[in-house]
Amino acid sequence: MKVSQQRWGMFFAAAAVIGFFVFTLLPMVASAVIGLTNWTIGTTPRFIGLDNFRAIAVDPLFWKSFRVTTTYAVFAVPGGLLVAFVTASLLNRVNRTRGFFRTVYYLPVLVPPVASAVIWLWIFNPDSGLLNAVLSALHLPTLLWVYGESTAVPSIALMTIWGFGNMTLIFLAALQGVSRDLYEAAECDGANPLRRMWHVTVPSISPVILFNLVTGMIAAFQIFDAAYVMTQGGPNNATLFYVYYLYRKAFTEAQLGYASALAWILFVVIVLITIVILRTSRGWVFYEGERR
Amino acid sequence: MSGTVKLRRNPATPPDERPALRRRGRSISEYAGRLVVGVLLVLGAVFALMPFAWLIRSSLMTQDQMFMVPLQWLPRPFVWSNFSGAMTSAPFLLYLGNTLQILFLVVPGMLISCSAAAFAFSRLQWRGRNALFVLLMTGMMLPYAVTLIPTFIGWQALGFVNTYIPLTLPAWFAAGGAFNIFMLRQFFLTIPRELDDAVYIDGGSPWTVYWRVILPLNKGPLILVAVFGTTWVWNDLLNPLIYLADPNKFTLSLGLAAFRGLYNSQWGYLMAASVLVISPLIVLFIFAQRYIVQGIAFTGVKG
Repeated sequence: MKVSQQRWGMFFAAAAVIGFFVFTLLPMVASAVIGLTNWTIGTTPRFIGLDNFRAIAVDPLFWKSFRVTTTYAVFAVPGGLLVAFVTASLLNRVNRTRGFFRTVYYLPVLVPPVASAVIWLWIFNPDSGLLNAVLSALHLPTLLWVYGESTAVPSIALMTIWGFGNMTLIFLAALQGVSRDLYEAAECDGANPLRRMWHVTVPSISPVILFNLVTGMIAAFQIFDAAYVMTQGGPNNATLFYVYYLYRKAFTEAQLGYASALAWILFVVIVLITIVILRTSRGWVFYEGERR
Repeated sequence: MSGTVKLRRNPATPPDERPALRRRGRSISEYAGRLVVGVLLVLGAVFALMPFAWLIRSSLMTQDQMFMVPLQWLPRPFVWSNFSGAMTSAPFLLYLGNTLQILFLVVPGMLISCSAAAFAFSRLQWRGRNALFVLLMTGMMLPYAVTLIPTFIGWQALGFVNTYIPLTLPAWFAAGGAFNIFMLRQFFLTIPRELDDAVYIDGGSPWTVYWRVILPLNKGPLILVAVFGTTWVWNDLLNPLIYLADPNKFTLSLGLAAFRGLYNSQWGYLMAASVLVISPLIVLFIFAQRYIVQGIAFTGVKG
């Protein structure tokens, strides 16, 4: 049986393994090679070593896009985590209405990013949009939102946070797995609900917080649709997100070599961020097995 | 004692609702707590639903009414002209047909290739299995930007730019499906091995196990993969953007993005078009909700 399973195993995995080599590994290697050339569409590529990386190091738009994307991630990811964690904790305390609110919170997740961008563009409209209408109804000063240089990135982060429902579902499932005994012990020791939250709930679901943090960060650094549909990187490059800049370099300016180098830098940045998060997580993430 | 037994059996009950506490009667602080929870839940719902309300309101308004000062909260009268206007300004039905065409080419490929790989990685013993699985999973971390340019160059060299092949063929090789493989594998692992053994004792092959045991017992997870595949195709902007040049081949997402570029101040049209793009997904969700909630809970916690 073992011998035949060897053949069957390779047969069943074949498509996915071929796909991995053809559509992931090969392009990955090719991208590294192209990144070392001066390839522009329509010319013959020439090997130029690390010149692209040297040019990127002094490219103000690269640094701008890097700053903009980091700022976006710093707003959107912790903001989304917080909203999702709070809503999941609340949902975990109700019974009859849980299904209803869970559905309501999930609805924004269903909206395609392009549609979401179009809708929020209109919500952000400084003259007749929803948000400024609410602000003026409350006699507060209105904002330029996505049309203003300083408010554009937080506005797009707000749009992203609107899709918090996905993380809420993950948190809710984790909360339902937290051991009753821990809460009882904490209650016996006289811990109030806030302390129970901080000392029992948060450590118990910390692996899931870590999972959401890492996947959220990886996604945030690759935001593209919002810039393409809403702002085209404006105003004054305030929303020049990294992948949007890369897209422009590759497909509008035809600089395939330069754009490939940009892609590899993004890859390294994402790996570094993941490593840093995983390293620091050792201090605040607790796994069930270790606790005993 | 009976209280503790009940607790164990019902781990989803929040601590405050345990029978032992309930017997004490509800104090004022408990009511206040419930009120705060209720208010916050409603606030969350307002945040989630307001954009939908604004979308529907604006799609049913005339352009003039939208820009009136002071602001008009409700359409008066209700007009449907934005929908007909959007449909005649851009061929959204054609975009819908194109998107469905891509869906029918992508979803079966994704289901077959991902479930077969998940089967190989969960139920069969073979050399190289674990190493290949880890390799496939690390591929998930790779930003799509890294593979984007060489993949484009490759398809261009083969002459397939401006066709649906770059958008559909990779799905048959589980490209971008690492997460689906991971999720299906998690589900497959929960099925008792005795079922496989029974098939082998009866002289069946791994194919029989895959086709007659594993797939029929995992309809829910497979539906989930189909739903994920559908939303992925529906939402994708970047791939159609770089591969499709002919507007008659546009998908709904790309069509809407292009429409926004052309009619950037026709907010009524834009809102009506957005409603058209969103509503099929909402309908899909109503049918698939059960599987989505289960699946996300499962992978999020076990992962």
